[in-house]
Amino acid sequence: MTAVAEPPMVIADEPSVAPVPAVEDDGAAKSKDVLIILYSGDLEKTWAAMILATASAAMGVKTRVFMTFWGLLPFVKDSRRITGENWMQKLLSLMKRPGISHRKMSTMNFLGMGPWMLNSLAKKYKAAGPKELLEAAQAMGVEFIPCQMTTDLFGLKREDFIEGLGEPVGAATVIGLMTEGSSPLFI
Amino acid sequence: MPLEIAQRVDAKGLACPMPIVKTAQAVKTMTSGQLLEVLATDAGSTKDFAAWCKTTGNELVESSAEGGVYRFVLRRK
Repeated sequence: MTAVAEPPMVIADEPSVAPVPAVEDDGAAKSKDVLIILYSGDLEKTWAAMILATASAAMGVKTRVFMTFWGLLPFVKDSRRITGENWMQKLLSLMKRPGISHRKMSTMNFLGMGPWMLNSLAKKYKAAGPKELLEAAQAMGVEFIPCQMTTDLFGLKREDFIEGLGEPVGAATVIGLMTEGSSPLFI
Repeated sequence: MPLEIAQRVDAKGLACPMPIVKTAQAVKTMTSGQLLEVLATDAGSTKDFAAWCKTTGNELVESSAEGGVYRFVLRRK
């Protein structure tokens, strides 16, 4: 017995197109999800991630941002100065100040001159800053998901983070989203 | 279809990605078939609005530029 499946019959003069399913009308696209993995906490990289996240949400694409390592720091409240439980974690937060308004540049930081100039230019050209974009992204339903492992490593508590973040998850969840078809972006 | 503008978005002076962000927010409040007019000065917006419409499935009815101001008329799908 052969168990070869018969090829589907194609009849030329009959339309082989399946009926178009009714589109759920919410004015948004039904395309692939976008997954931004934010590893960097540098000003310009956080900024770029926020621009892409808001643009993606505006395109009607389901958008998630997974924050890990230094990428967690912009999502700590601006008012938090020292975070962590032990001296190493406290020292880390002292040297790398958390909060989206306290990001430094990866290059040309010049003791804060670089970020100051970049922010002045953004104001002049009416470009939205990282904080404004983050708020817009949250309002548009972008999911911000902290990395559990680095949250623990930095000794960060739920109350250290800004409001509205998702439950912390691990790498398996992130890889799972990619295998399900999310377009990944590592920043 | 009547060419009556139901809503307007003034994104003049705003830089990427705010024109499309404001557009997406406005479109959410509209009903199917309604027209939205967007004014922008961002030089990238001609391509950005075409891409936005292509991805979201809303129709780009008009796209014009005059004196550095780009005007788009979109029909909510």
